[in-house]
Parts: sequence; C-alpha cells; structure tokens
Amino acid sequence: MEGVGVVTEGELRILDMDPATDGAAIRARLGVCPQRDILDEDLSVEENLWVYGRFFGLSRSEVHRRADELLQFAQLGERRRDRVEPLSGGMKRRLTIARSLMNNPEVLLLDEPTTGLDPQARHVLWDRLFRLKREGVTLIITTHYMDEAEQLCDRLVVLDHGRIVAEGSPRALIAEHSTREVVELRFDLDDQERHVDAVSGVGERLEVLPDRLLVYVDDGDAALTSLHARGVEPLSSLVRRSTLEDVFLHLTGRTLVD
Amino acid sequence: MSAPATDRLAATAAASGRLDTGPRPGLSQAERLGAVMGHHLLVYRRTWKGSIINRFLSPLFFLLSMGLGLGTLVDDGAGGVDGVPYLQFVVPGIIAVQAMWLSFGESTYAVFGYIRWNQMYAAMLSTPLRVIEVLGGHLAVVGVHLVVATTIFVGVASLFGAFASWWVLLTIPVGLLTGLAFAVPTFALSATLDNDNGFSLLYRFVVTPLMLFSGTFFPVEQLPSVLRPIAWGTPLWHGVELSRDAATGTPPGWLGVAHLGVLLLYIGGGWVLAHRQFSRRLVS
Amino acid sequence: MSVASVATRASRALPFPAGVGMARHVVGRNVVAFRRAWLLLISGFAEPVLYLFSLGVGIGALVGGVTTDGGTTVSYATFVAPALLAASAMNGAVFDSTYNVFFKLRYQRLYDAMLATPLGPRDVAVGEITWSLMRGALYSSMFLVVALVAGMVHSWWALLALPAAVLIGLAFGAVGMFATTYMSSWQHFDYVTLAIQPMFLFSATFFPLSTYPEALQWVVRVTPLYHGVALERGLMLGEVGWSLLGNAAYLAALGAVGIVGASRRIGQLLLT
Repeated sequence: MEGVGVVTEGELRILDMDPATDGAAIRARLGVCPQRDILDEDLSVEENLWVYGRFFGLSRSEVHRRADELLQFAQLGERRRDRVEPLSGGMKRRLTIARSLMNNPEVLLLDEPTTGLDPQARHVLWDRLFRLKREGVTLIITTHYMDEAEQLCDRLVVLDHGRIVAEGSPRALIAEHSTREVVELRFDLDDQERHVDAVSGVGERLEVLPDRLLVYVDDGDAALTSLHARGVEPLSSLVRRSTLEDVFLHLTGRTLVD
Repeated sequence: MSAPATDRLAATAAASGRLDTGPRPGLSQAERLGAVMGHHLLVYRRTWKGSIINRFLSPLFFLLSMGLGLGTLVDDGAGGVDGVPYLQFVVPGIIAVQAMWLSFGESTYAVFGYIRWNQMYAAMLSTPLRVIEVLGGHLAVVGVHLVVATTIFVGVASLFGAFASWWVLLTIPVGLLTGLAFAVPTFALSATLDNDNGFSLLYRFVVTPLMLFSGTFFPVEQLPSVLRPIAWGTPLWHGVELSRDAATGTPPGWLGVAHLGVLLLYIGGGWVLAHRQFSRRLVS
Repeated sequence: MSVASVATRASRALPFPAGVGMARHVVGRNVVAFRRAWLLLISGFAEPVLYLFSLGVGIGALVGGVTTDGGTTVSYATFVAPALLAASAMNGAVFDSTYNVFFKLRYQRLYDAMLATPLGPRDVAVGEITWSLMRGALYSSMFLVVALVAGMVHSWWALLALPAAVLIGLAFGAVGMFATTYMSSWQHFDYVTLAIQPMFLFSATFFPLSTYPEALQWVVRVTPLYHGVALERGLMLGEVGWSLLGNAAYLAALGAVGIVGASRRIGQLLLT
C-alpha cells in the first residue's frame, strides 16, 4: 500500500519515480489513508495534524495554516481542541483523511475509506472525496463496496486473488461483463426448481440463487412479457439495471474469498 | 490543479515549497529527527503526569526504604559496605536501576503499541521519514527522559547526603548510557514480539532479577561464585559499578573503560538489531 | 412465593455467598485461559523467591542478626521471609483485581459477554476474587515450602501462614476490585502503584518497626500491609500473641468493606 510492497513482476513507477530508490521523494507527494484510523489518541485533533505535517518538513506556521484549511474541509473545526478518542467513527475517518492531505498530495491512497461507517457518515465522506477529485487529486481507492466504486471511480481494476481480471470505467465494465438489465424472479421456494427450465433461454445468462432467479437481459420488460407468454408466473418480479456488483460477482464468483 | 477561489481545500502556497505540485525540496537529517522527536515530546506533554510516580517517586521510595531504613541495620551490623555508609553505597545503584526501569517503561509497551496498536511508526513511514529517523528520534527522546530523570534524582538524593563527591555529576551520563544499553535492545525485542504477553515475563525474569542480583543492594561478591559471571554479563552491573565509582569519586581505571565498553556494545549491537527488526516489521 | 424465589431474593440481599454456584464458571474460564499462559502462571511464584534469595543472602551477610519487634533475634533471611510472603499475597491480589479486572471490564468486554449468559454481576465478582485467591494460595504454599527447606520456618504455627496469606489476598483483592470500579483510564493505575509500592517498602517489611521514629511508627501501624506482615511474622517465627487476632481482624474488616462495595459498584456498572 505504501509504495514499499514487493514487486513480483513488471515495473512499478509512482509519479514517474522508482519507489525502490526515490521512496522519500515519492512519499513527499503522496497521501496515505490506511484502513484503520491510526491516530495518536493522546493528542488533540489539531495536534494530530500538526505533528504529521512536521514529518513532511513543513514549518510551524505552514503546519498551522494547512491544518486550519483541512479542519474546515473535514468539518472538524469545532472539535479541533478535543482529544481524538471520543470522536465518532466518521469523525476519526475524516481526521485521518485530513491528515493524509497535510502535504497537499498529488496522489491519495485510500484503503477501504468508508468501511464500518453509517450511511450518513459515508455520504459526507463521499462528498469530500468527490471534491478532492474535482480539484485534481488522483484518488486510488481500494474497496469492497461496489456502490462506492461506482460513485467515485473513473477507472476501475477488479482484482481476484491478487490478479487483475478486468479493467475500465464502471460503465464500460458493465457493458462488457454484464447485460444492460437484470430481471429478478421470486417463486414459492419449494417451487423454484420447477421453473428453471422454463426461464432458461430467455436472457443471455441465468443465475440460480437459493431464494430467486436472476435473468441477465438487455430489455427487462420484454423478457418479462415473453416469460408470461411461456406461462411462468413468479410471486414477484423486479427489473433493474445491471450494477458493478453484478459484474464483480460474475468475475470473481460467489464463493467466499477469505 | 486550479481550484475555485472560494474553495479552501487547495493548499495556500508554502514558503518551504513543500506543498507545491511536482518535485518538492527534500528534508535534512536534522529536520527529520526533529520532527520525530517533536512528536514524542508533544505526546509526553500530554501524558507526563502519569510518569511522575514511576519515574520520580519510586526511586525516592527505594532511597528512603533501602538507604535510610535498611541502611540503619547494615551500618549497625557491618559498619557500612566497603567502608562506605550503606546510603552512599545503595543510592548510586538506585540511579542505575532507575535508568533501567525508565528504559523498559519507554521501550516495551510503548514501542509495541506504536507498531501494533496505534501504528504511529507506520504513519511516520508513509511520510518522507525513514526507519533510521523513526527509530533514532524515538531513542533520542528516551535519552532526554533518562538525562532529566537522573538529574532530578541526583539532585534529590544529594539532599539526603547520599554522595561523597562532586564527581557524582558523572552519574548523569552513566545513567544515560545504562538506560540506552537496555532501551536499544528492547526496541529490537518489542519490534519482534507478536503479542505483548512476553513483556510480563520480561519484567519477571529479567528486570526484577537484574535489580536484585546486579550489585545494586549488595556487592556481587556476596553472591555464590557461580552466579557472579551472570551479573558481569548484564548492562546493569556495569552501570551500577560506574555510577558507584562516580558517586564516591573513585577513579575507575581500566575496569571503568571495560564497563563503558560493555554498555556501548549493548547500545551498538542493539541498534543493529533494532534497525533490522524495525525494517522487517514496518517496511515490507 | 416459592422457595426458589425466596432463595433468589435472599441471595440478592446478601452481598457475597449466594453467587458461588455460578461463580465457578468464571473461575473455570480463567483456568482455561491460563492453560495457554502456564509460564506466566508459574512465574508469579518466582518474584518473592528471588527477593528472598537476594536479600537473604546478600543483605543477610551485611546485616547479621535482626531483633524483631517481638524481641527475638533471627537471621535477616528469616526476618524478611514472612514479610515477602505477605507482600507477594498483596501484590498478586492487587494485580489481579485492578489491572486484570480493568482490562477485562473495559477492553476485553469479557464481563459484558458473561452477563449476557445466566451469570450475574456478583458471580463475576466472586468468581474473579476466588480465582485470584486460588492462585495466591498456590504461590504462598510454594513459597512456604521454599522457606521451610531453607530453614526459615521456626514454629508449627507456620501452618496457619497459608490461610493468613489467603486472608491478606482477600482483603487486598476485595479493596482492589472496589477501587477498580472507579477507574476509567490506565493513568489511574499510577495511583495503585502509589499506594502499593510505599506499603511494600515501608510496612516493616525490610526492617523492624523500631527503626522508625515513634511518630512514624503510628503511621506505619495504620497501613494494611503492616498487619499482614505482623501476622505472617508472628506465625512463622512462633511469636504468637493476642495481637495477631487484632491483625487478622483488621484484614477481615478491610476485606468485608471491599466485598460489599465492589458488589454494589459492579452491579451498577454492568447492569446499566
């Protein structure tokens, strides 16, 4: 994550430099926001920012000014003198991100930025990250949340057991690896088996889950009509657009990856 | 990277040039060390109250109990140790023991916590800082603590008439070296352990026995001869001997050079190990 | 009202004995947990023995004989052994009831998990103290065997030194647990050190009470460890008199205060 992992094949360049020899110069322009909020709980909110800024060689006055800017950005201005420990999860996360921005990085690495946060806190954070992106900071995000990837990413790399299995914009990935729409059909549970044959052949692909059938098609309504014509009467049906989640599960499978 | 004028996120240009886009001016070694030390000292400013008891009162309690109370028995029974009143014998020992305590206190759970619990070292290493400064800066702060604590204790103990010579001022660098001879290898150990259970064992099987058998409270010559070489191998005994020579104003001669050599050996060897373990743990 | 509910009510009114049935599960949990840390368990016994050996051999050679407050003259090792027994009973009990309990209470959240089962807060308190006393008794008996073999035991009364050590452990463990319920941060443990360490060093442990000026002697007599030390020294050296009952009563009273206070506070803390 921090430009120090072992390169097994190919060549790694960050900001057009080699991390093996120019580590410090790269890190001077890089922001790192780890998955766990590793803050110094003995220090206050603003002190956490100050000491971190000093690690980049910023002067005392530069550190103070930058911290002021970021406290506002992270919406932590009112808590600046408080200890870190009692802050909410969302606040700690925003503080960690603010800290990773102390050196005004050109590239910001974010590891699972919203894991464990409540929906409100996630949306506040997405909003902040979106602003960063708009201002030209390159965000590199690892996430298991496909909605997060869809929200924030221009370009996506799907990894399965450490290997790249697909790459592209969210829209292109959906177009390439899934259909435009998905029809979800629910039957009486004991009865689902009986309908599989009737349903198969309607869409490009059929997926049988314990509680429902997923039919991957380009036109969901048309598919439903043709199912009715075949006499398939599900308890309920839902037509939705394909999501990145469909792509991800299709590419990496539904078995647990531990 | 042109931000709207109303947006406060974009960094105001910094005179140091270290917030600019593109290559940024590097940091000098002194700046790096200063930044790490600054962090630890700021933390200490928030937590110093908790260290008062362990750091200043414990040695004082030992001085009163051993030096004065037990001293009465020893002076009545044997007329002191090697012709020196027991108080003057034991207080230089307590100086060295205090340095050992302080070093273990600052380099066990504290270091382990920075690696595992709040991962502050990892945070530091994601900035331009390198292992050498992260380790060196933290150790330098331990050194500052050692000097301050030893100086204060020497000052207090002198009020009780615990010293016979102005050479006692040399116990301050002796305290520093003795402490570092424990702190540096312990940094390496703390970076090696997978959980913190080992520290309880360290305190029980290393710290306490060292305090009891390294010539602190009685000369090692009182020990059975098989045990004496063990005392000779530990940094504490060498620290105690140097400290005692300084406090009584006895020129230590070549033996003193040997004591000094052993302490420096522990510090140097510890540094090599600590640097290796820190690099393994934090940079891979 | 059924017999069972009367019993339950009675048990709620009483602070101590009623929970013992369930408390054994708390003890059981600790036994299981310590199976993996047996080295740590055994090592608890090492510290007083090391002190005994160091002071007995090293200081003993310098001091020669010591005249106890009871008037007999004994070797320094014999003088200091009972005090180390009392001090280690105190140290073990205080460590278990403060540091360990605090860790389980605030960090491991172990008690929250226990209380989600049929265990009650009193079971937890009684279980923890029982476990601590069992460990303490183990260490004390090992120490007594060492002292006996080294010839530091002078009287058959020393058989009572083991229950006396358990009483010391109970008194300090109960008070320690009571104090722990008021603690909110690790910084508070410095106050524990501040209470324990001077007692360890000044309660006529390493030198007789008569060493102190008269006024200070009265201060020392107020501290609980002094009574533990006096009790153990009387029993192991055979200097037995009615005053030993006074020492024991002091410790018992301290233990009772601790148990009542701790039970109340734990109930408040864990059930809210």
